Amino acid sequence: MTWDWQVFLQDDGSGRTYLEWMLEAWRWTLAVAGSSWLVAMVVGAVVGTLRTLPGRPVVSALANAWVELFRNIPLLVQIFLWYFVVPKMFPAFQQVPGFLLVVFGLGFFTSARIAEQFRAGIQALPKGQRYAAMAMGFTTAQSYRYVILPMAFRIILPPLTSESMNLLKNSSVAFAVSIAELTMFAMQAQEETSRGIEVYLAVTALYAISAFAVNRVFALIEKKMRVPGFIVSGGTGGH
Amino acid sequence: MKKQLIAVAVAALACVGAQAEDTLAKVKTAGSITMGVRDSSGALSYTLGDGKYAGFHYEICQRIIGNVEKAVGKKLDVKFQSVTSQNRIPLVQNGTVDIECGSTTNNTARQKDVAFVNTTYVEEVRIAVKANSGITSIAQLKDKNVATTTGTTSVQLLRKHERANGIDFKEVFGKDHADSFLLLDSGRADAFVMDGSILAGNIANAKNPADFKIVGEVLAVEPIAIMIRKDDAAFKKLADDTVRDLIKNGDMAKLWDKWFLQAIPPKNVKIGLALSESTKAAWANPNDKPAEDYAKK
Repeated sequence: MTWDWQVFLQDDGSGRTYLEWMLEAWRWTLAVAGSSWLVAMVVGAVVGTLRTLPGRPVVSALANAWVELFRNIPLLVQIFLWYFVVPKMFPAFQQVPGFLLVVFGLGFFTSARIAEQFRAGIQALPKGQRYAAMAMGFTTAQSYRYVILPMAFRIILPPLTSESMNLLKNSSVAFAVSIAELTMFAMQAQEETSRGIEVYLAVTALYAISAFAVNRVFALIEKKMRVPGFIVSGGTGGH
Repeated sequence: MKKQLIAVAVAALACVGAQAEDTLAKVKTAGSITMGVRDSSGALSYTLGDGKYAGFHYEICQRIIGNVEKAVGKKLDVKFQSVTSQNRIPLVQNGTVDIECGSTTNNTARQKDVAFVNTTYVEEVRIAVKANSGITSIAQLKDKNVATTTGTTSVQLLRKHERANGIDFKEVFGKDHADSFLLLDSGRADAFVMDGSILAGNIANAKNPADFKIVGEVLAVEPIAIMIRKDDAAFKKLADDTVRDLIKNGDMAKLWDKWFLQAIPPKNVKIGLALSESTKAAWANPNDKPAEDYAKK
């Protein structure tokens, strides 16, 4: 096995090198992952919170339905549905760019999982917290805003870190809807250059670097937002 | 002790190396030969399910293996190994697969790693469009959505064409051929640029084959050949001779008719791909030239 890393300096036929193409593909991966993460966090936080609302069975049931719908269908199938099946039913959908489809497809899929984490975080809080908020005269909205959610968010930071890293790696499904991201680059460039191992190694390194960067950012957030005496009471928890 | 171990390991490696170089000796000792096959490479090589395979190249390989059996003087157990575009070359190199009968393009980059038997099939890259689209040439595809499949040389071909002629396509990429055809079928793409046999196969299997047609000039030709290990002169000669004889005695033309013009299993549909000029030329003058030599013409 001989290495040929110079393959990245070859022209790909359109006047750019494979290295330039790979970095461009990396940007697409980050753009897809970043945008989907925003969608997933916002929707996930809202749906997860709705699932725990006291005395609102209809709203909770709808939020439950959202979670079950999006987490029970495989991701690639969801993307396929958005791309091919929905436009069959609503022709206007044909005009929606693939980028938006994949951002919302991936965002909704991940939102179902994040919603579960929010629910778990909220339900993990001692009942006393909710009661204390009520005793203070807070409305439901206020008790969520000032008491429950800030605590729940801190509890779920570790699984949220994994989920965000997963989201980044899941963004590889975007190649199925013609987004020129890293996975598509890898499949295409290995065919054109016949240097599959070099191409895949480089792409793997970029995925690993990106995912690790997400991990570090979350570790920082976790550290900055730590509430003394909460969760890390023994002084050994956290990072 | 350690030194002995290393010596044994080196000796074992050397053995493997020696075996890998001479396929005929290897299959004689093993009593079996491993054929690399594809799950869905059009009529060239595909699965019938149940671990059974079929296709134009599959059948040519069976003839080659028949001659291998004569050469080694015993019946061989033929094993099948399904391969993909990504793993076919490493598997041939490391000896897992002795003869790869799929749809591999013979090019100079690959000739550094493996060898090819005389070209049996020359692929022409063509354009498929909806029959009512009025498109008849690549020049009309300017600013149109053009579908092709990720991981194929057609992607690069389109890119080069854009640069050379200063025209712009909006490329959309399917993750596999079925997906790309769906792009054309669903109207997301106005054309599908791909190997002619794949286009013909997809059209043959479509709900209404009459809705589609293959139009325009041949965008590129690529020799497709059976792949074997590099530097194995005896095996290459045997395989080359088999192909040459098949062409000479007319069996090759019969095989073409059987796989590309008649109804083939499992769905009994006809691909309907007439023998192309490029393939005829390759048969008239059996050779293992890489794709780069074809492009020069």
